[in-house]
Amino acid sequence: MDQFTLNLLVVGASFALYIGIAIWARAGSTSEFYAAGQGVNPVINGMATAADWMSAASFISMAGLIAFVGYSNSTFLMGWTGGYVLMAMLLAPYLRKFGKYTVPEFVGDRYYSTSARVVAVICLLVISVTYVIGQMTGAGVAFSRFLEVTSTQGLLIASTVVFIYAVLGGMKGITYTQVAQYIVLIVAYTIPAVFISLQLTGNPIPGLGLFSTMPSTGEPLLVTLNGLLTDLGFSEYTTGNNPWLMALFTLSLMIGTAGLPHVIIRFFTVPKVADARWSAGWALVFIALLYLTAPAVGAMARLNITTTMWPNGVEGEAVAVDELPDWFQTWSVTGLLKVEDKNGDGRIQYYNEAGPGMAELAAERGWAGNELVTFNRDILVLANPEIAQLPGWVIALIAAGGLAAALSTAAGLLLAISSAISHDLVKSVFNPNITEKGELLVARISMAFAIALATWLGINPPGFAAQVVALAFGLAAATLFPTLMMGIFSKRMNAPGATLGMVAGLVVTCAYLFTYLGVFFFPGTNMLANNADNWLFGIPPTHFGPIGALINFGVAYAVSSVTAPPPKEIQDLVESVRIPRGAGAALAK
Amino acid sequence: MAENNNAYWSANIRLVTICLVIWALCSYGFAILLRPMLSGIAVGGTDLGFWFAQQGSILVFLALIFFYAWRMNKLDKEFGVDEQ
Repeated sequence: MDQFTLNLLVVGASFALYIGIAIWARAGSTSEFYAAGQGVNPVINGMATAADWMSAASFISMAGLIAFVGYSNSTFLMGWTGGYVLMAMLLAPYLRKFGKYTVPEFVGDRYYSTSARVVAVICLLVISVTYVIGQMTGAGVAFSRFLEVTSTQGLLIASTVVFIYAVLGGMKGITYTQVAQYIVLIVAYTIPAVFISLQLTGNPIPGLGLFSTMPSTGEPLLVTLNGLLTDLGFSEYTTGNNPWLMALFTLSLMIGTAGLPHVIIRFFTVPKVADARWSAGWALVFIALLYLTAPAVGAMARLNITTTMWPNGVEGEAVAVDELPDWFQTWSVTGLLKVEDKNGDGRIQYYNEAGPGMAELAAERGWAGNELVTFNRDILVLANPEIAQLPGWVIALIAAGGLAAALSTAAGLLLAISSAISHDLVKSVFNPNITEKGELLVARISMAFAIALATWLGINPPGFAAQVVALAFGLAAATLFPTLMMGIFSKRMNAPGATLGMVAGLVVTCAYLFTYLGVFFFPGTNMLANNADNWLFGIPPTHFGPIGALINFGVAYAVSSVTAPPPKEIQDLVESVRIPRGAGAALAK
Repeated sequence: MAENNNAYWSANIRLVTICLVIWALCSYGFAILLRPMLSGIAVGGTDLGFWFAQQGSILVFLALIFFYAWRMNKLDKEFGVDEQ
């Protein structure tokens, strides 16, 4: 059987499974559509949260991000896991006790204000819509690479599948498909990683292999890697640069993670407050299975690539063009990998032209520049099974895994978007007398609308795909996280304080990002060049989340201290959110 | 009742504070800002700070969340505010 048929079979089988689950778990009420009837086991919810959270970026790009930068990009590993500590202790259990369906609903009730709720809806929509574009384009790319269709066709197939199970099943359907998607993606990620770790270090656990000794050289893997890289003019793998910027970026990712509405609403689906606490732990267990493996995949792939290019060591001859492994040929076709024999010696020299002393070394050895001219970092994970010479079904599994990661995150985001529209806008603002059946229908229609919008934006990306993540995390950190936290931890926080705080966080963060990255990220509309000389206090726009959060907190406290305290019943509401007892009663309201 | 609930809330705040101090110390501290201080401790070809940045902090986060869940669920019962 050829690789294409195999890919088609494995991906097709995984899709059939998702749709089967959706038919089995279709939603019959708004409670099931928004919160899976609040009856999801905490371990199952943890697994669904892991799939909800781990996007195409985690699955495909993260190992490559670490591989080509090394220690400095550990920020992604810590930032995207450390946020769960904040969520588990500062938000999830209390919001579960509140016992409603959406994040803006808590904001509206806690701050007894429809305008606060509408501002929260706006923040939620900006965060989730920008985030979902990346997922849809990611799914389209994965399709086109493995199933030989165009990106647009791939995207349309992906949205059709999401449409079927998200519109039919709502949160209930999404939860159980996410569990299946988690299993597909973690198996696909782990198998090649285990084999590569075994081949290099003899240790089957990649996270341990990373710190093990390589039998082939007799020294630790990281020492070998550092040596090779510095010989070729690259910076050391284990050395970083500005620690303060690293810390700020990690903080931005952590607060942003904790404030992402599509992740928060997953904790509304468990039966009890105690379950919400456990469930956050289980979510991190399932996330850690991938996040502890990713840095090993990164370092080992970097080592494998370097030794492939220099089979006789750095001192010896570089790899000959006709000796390049097969996966080089396969991936050259996609344009993501490119070699160019600049000095015409029939060999490919891979080194860092700008490295210290490299110009002299190149002159001495007759090199005419780095000849591995393109190496897209996303190839790392996708080509891993080929690099480790694993059988075809593992390659097919990687295709299914990448799609599972993109689709599961897209579905979670689409649910957050549609419930904000049907529950927070239609039901609470425009038509409070809507029936249960009517609201369920509106929820399904807004889901279909959200999918159509996401598909359209995926086909016509507004040219800012790379900046989207920065915006989503920065805004989540600057708007929803502080507002939710103050709603629980401060009884004195009132409606004007919270609303203005949110608006200030939103406006200042957008202004800072737009100044350097362009108005709504349209190229050429930025007011200042995006470089260190122009940044306020040297803070890059991607690192701005914590500053936005500080502004939100500051404005909120200043305004609330000069305005009237919230009424007695709101203070009682805060009291009740803090205490687990009576979660069932809160649900009945 | 109100007094009991306040005592429960203070106990929660205390626990959260302890956990978040450890959270910050292992990630921002050991893995990033305090890494030079730990550079003497070798781990698998590099230093302890690198291990914390790529493995250790995630393991600490896991332990913290489970510890918090276990401890809080116990406190719920001690203060009689658990769900029945």
